Amino acid sequence: MAELKHVTIKKSDLDKIITYAFRELPDEACGMIGGFDHEDGTREIKEVYLMTNVDHTNEHFSMDPREQLAVIKDIRSKGYQLLGNWHSHPESPSRSSQEDIRLAFDSKVSYLILSLMDREHPVLNSFHCEGGISTKESLTIVD
Amino acid sequence: MTLTVAGEKKEYKEGITVSELIDVENVETPEYVSVSVNEEFIQRDDFPTTALKEGDVVEFLYFMGGGC
Repeated sequence: MAELKHVTIKKSDLDKIITYAFRELPDEACGMIGGFDHEDGTREIKEVYLMTNVDHTNEHFSMDPREQLAVIKDIRSKGYQLLGNWHSHPESPSRSSQEDIRLAFDSKVSYLILSLMDREHPVLNSFHCEGGISTKESLTIVD
Repeated sequence: MTLTVAGEKKEYKEGITVSELIDVENVETPEYVSVSVNEEFIQRDDFPTTALKEGDVVEFLYFMGGGC
């Protein structure tokens, strides 16, 4: 298995995700993340993207490839790397579901999951998915 | 010839096809990857016959989805 990353996200970006995920309720919300993979194993999120869940349900999400392409273009234009994606779990914990693991096709990126199960205390975790196994990565919120 | 693949400029053999590029780049689970060339999506059936040209910009886009 690849070495686990130490993911960092700015508090303002976390707030951006939470606000959007609440706005999209009852549906799952989703998006992509861009930034830098540093040599010391730190994965620094510089930009979070708020995207369309084309499934429009509270049980799963899919992204529109054309919207993905537009995001990747923006990531490249800023000199960032594609670091992964995020999605919300409106009614379940912040852990990879069987479907999340089954559909995690790229082991080189991080999969962030925001749980809104406790509406007063949203929880964000980051996961590495490889070979059918999801492993929690360290996630630090920075100013 | 030089291509920009997933944001990186690299050298490849002349006329490399999309299918060959997927192999050369060791793309994981290629059956779940869409490919764009110069911001146009290539149909999967056309991967073996689509030859890339000098300066082309290629992106591999994984299907992104999940459950709850």
